[in-house]
Amino acid sequence: MPKDFLKGVAEEYDVVVIGSGLGGLTAANVLAREGRSVLLLEQHYKLGGLATWFKRPGGHIFDISLHGFPHGMLKSCRRYWTQEIADSIVQLKHVRFDNPMFSLTTTFDRKDFTRLLSTDFGLEESRVQEFFDTARSMNFYDDQAMTTGQLFDKFFPGREDVVRLLMEPITYANGSTLEDPAITYGIVFSNFMSKGVFTFQGGTDHLVKSMEREMIRNGVDIRIRSNAEKINIENGAIKSIQVNGREIRTKTIVSNANLRSTLFDLVGEDYLDGKFVEEAREVRLNNSSTQVYMALKEGETVDRDTGDLLFCSTAELFRTNLLLSKDVSSRTFSFYYPDIRPQGKNRYLIVSSTNANYEDWAGVDKEQYEADKQHLIEDTLNSLEKYVPNCREKIDHVEAATPITFEHYTKHKLGSSFGTKFEGLGVSRALPDQVKGLYHAGSVGIIMSGWLGTINYGVIVANDVDSYLMKSESTPLASS
Amino acid sequence: MAPAEIREAIIEILEDIAPDEDLSTLEDPKAFRDQLELDSMDFLDIVMELRKRYRVQVPEEDYGHLNSMASTVEYLTPKMEDIAV
Repeated sequence: MPKDFLKGVAEEYDVVVIGSGLGGLTAANVLAREGRSVLLLEQHYKLGGLATWFKRPGGHIFDISLHGFPHGMLKSCRRYWTQEIADSIVQLKHVRFDNPMFSLTTTFDRKDFTRLLSTDFGLEESRVQEFFDTARSMNFYDDQAMTTGQLFDKFFPGREDVVRLLMEPITYANGSTLEDPAITYGIVFSNFMSKGVFTFQGGTDHLVKSMEREMIRNGVDIRIRSNAEKINIENGAIKSIQVNGREIRTKTIVSNANLRSTLFDLVGEDYLDGKFVEEAREVRLNNSSTQVYMALKEGETVDRDTGDLLFCSTAELFRTNLLLSKDVSSRTFSFYYPDIRPQGKNRYLIVSSTNANYEDWAGVDKEQYEADKQHLIEDTLNSLEKYVPNCREKIDHVEAATPITFEHYTKHKLGSSFGTKFEGLGVSRALPDQVKGLYHAGSVGIIMSGWLGTINYGVIVANDVDSYLMKSESTPLASS
Repeated sequence: MAPAEIREAIIEILEDIAPDEDLSTLEDPKAFRDQLELDSMDFLDIVMELRKRYRVQVPEEDYGHLNSMASTVEYLTPKMEDIAV
């Protein structure tokens, strides 16, 4: 008989959280701390969603999405998780750019960018300050008419090199383009720019295990290999959830699944009004990614000056659509040094990431797919050669992931690795007006994605859920 | 709770949320954001703590009332006057 992953599960919970990405984990933890009974369901055998890692023979541990996050993570981890997790955050001080327009290394904070822009790039310092102040003052409810491209045009007309410096890292961080609303850029950029780029010492496995311990301490009932199949609704309110063929009663549900899967697969449009369905259908998903994972042989090293993050490109100009092309000319290398990413042994790892279109990888036969994957690996090694000489001889293990890989592991439609475009935020927030007690806390709207965005969105939604539960306690539902 | 006690309750919450800030010099009529390094998540934390500690609900459309200490106390007084200290 197959193992029952729901053995001993209760008949009813205050909250069921579907999916254990960072947004789901954080919502579950915050609600359990508020004294709510919480059931956390994860279809995969590991918690973390895209905040994940995998192991390969030879003691290699690869991180999938741990490339760097803003300083704000310190506060969010301390407050919504533990001091221990916050204490494991360290700065990545060598962020490097190398492209036909410029080559430089920066600590990636406002002070250093101001220095670079006013010396190397020859801009008026007051203009640079004005730009940073404008970006910092942006709120998500502000006017969305201006695009990021227009924002750059206003401050730095004709300066493609400046746009490249300021935009390229953000495009890699969240898939946004020059056509997205300027406010999404302003908010994300200001978060990153305040004090530099940070990471977890010990890697994603260390982080997710710490989070799991904390959730257990707070009483979250965690169930892996538990696939949410259907959200059951009665009289416009949440009644129960169907998981692994079993029905469990609950007052509220927080879906950390992809927004579209939540609406159209788990709920079904019969329960949503026509106008809302229309808006939801128009939500554009963000692009997907490819990654190449490379582990160095025992004893081989990478010079620290190579950088922690390297944005490299051979494209003459910066165009966001070029970043998505299967014909890759730009990629980000993340270098994992043994002091920051301990492996047990002193191993060096390198992960190369590019943004990618799902369609480019989904529409080919198996043979072509494997050939394309191999081509991606070879291309990546050719590019790395400039920064790590003789890299082919130094590498012990190499493999690639594509949009198809991301789709397989996260169940995200189109293998989306950055959630939805901006309009997804409004639809996600409006869900409780459609079905009482149903909330969505997945990666949406560009600003609610990435490490900090998803954690904070989990908190925002947990606050809504807790408020709803308190209200329903004081005015008992007719059925109870 | 009287307004002075509500003010004290807010100070206690702020001490937990912003442990590095000096709250003794806080000017009540001035906006929090002009005196303390608070972002939108900090204000959300104030809302969550009010609910947890005093079972007071602050709906999202009322967040603007939490602009300064003076406006916060004024807004919370009718909601909290029946709470025993």
